[in-house]
Amino acid sequence: MMKKWSDLVHKVLKREKVRQVSFVPDAGHSNLIRLCEKDKEFICVRLSTEEEGVSLSLGAWLGGQKSVVLMQSSGVGNTINMLSMLSICQSPLPMLITMRGDWSEYNPWQVPMGQATAKVLEDINVPVFKAYQENEVLPMAEGAIRLAFNTYRPTALLIGQRVLGAKTFGEDND
Amino acid sequence: MLDRRDVVKTLLKDRGDLLVVAGLGASAWDITAAGDNDLNFPLWGGMGGAVTVGLGLALAQPTRSVLVITGDGEMLMGLGSLATLAVSTPKNLSVVVLDNERYGETGSQKTHTAFGVDLVSIAKGCGFCRLRLVHSQGQVSLLREDIHKINGCLFSVIKISDTNADLVLPPRDGTELKNRFRKKLLGKLAMHQN
Repeated sequence: MMKKWSDLVHKVLKREKVRQVSFVPDAGHSNLIRLCEKDKEFICVRLSTEEEGVSLSLGAWLGGQKSVVLMQSSGVGNTINMLSMLSICQSPLPMLITMRGDWSEYNPWQVPMGQATAKVLEDINVPVFKAYQENEVLPMAEGAIRLAFNTYRPTALLIGQRVLGAKTFGEDND
Repeated sequence: MLDRRDVVKTLLKDRGDLLVVAGLGASAWDITAAGDNDLNFPLWGGMGGAVTVGLGLALAQPTRSVLVITGDGEMLMGLGSLATLAVSTPKNLSVVVLDNERYGETGSQKTHTAFGVDLVSIAKGCGFCRLRLVHSQGQVSLLREDIHKINGCLFSVIKISDTNADLVLPPRDGTELKNRFRKKLLGKLAMHQN
């Protein structure tokens, strides 16, 4: 059986010597969060809002540590002004973002931010990568992480609902 | 009432290897007026982010004392970060809020603290173990000693007068501020981290 994307990304984070993993939880990230919390190599920081993960990463980099932030696409809207800190300081941060409001979404309230996620990130000059299939997550995550740390900038990987499975609110036919 | 420049000058006296982050606005000018230093990181933007910049730094450098100096307006914009900091439990981070109950950079409009919002109680509710409310210069000197101790995160509010001090501006090139800080702190690793 193919390894889950979250197991593979966890290994990439270790290989790239990421130390601080911050997050606002999302169902799509639950396995990766669990793996990082069990792993003593990582300092896990639970955030009260996603923008804290952005400013946290600048502090981590000032102190010589790499960090990543995990969030849902709805949280991207909370980060935009804080991201200016990273571009103006040339400070690296890969953002691993699980999507809502795209493929097969049930909740209409998720759609406006979901559909705007890539656009607002691009508007503030964050390079955006997208994984719409399970086998795309690992290479896209590796690329987004390397681009961030090799070239000192925030980057984003959007992991689509096609990979994660859409939340069905009890109306699943299965 | 305490004067912000006297307060910050006292806090940063004989600072040793203290790492200092300042929130945007007057707090950034205050740490610069006390003496620009490669180990100062004055923010020029990212309002609400000072505490979490300090947290990332404190977690990365657990043997160094880290001090975040910010204003009441900046702190109010990032109240959630106090909860995030308190549950992250770094032992080496102190937060000092210079509270003049005003947005000093935008025309001295009143902040929530002018209407009774109590930042020390909020920090207490978040779980900070060391709390200080400072009204006198003598208490500032004691606080200066506390921020060098690595024994649990500290939150303090210093009530200051609402007079604006002269502009003493730090460099405003963010990349330069970051690079000089990293070079001083990390040495050669700063330019070759992988």
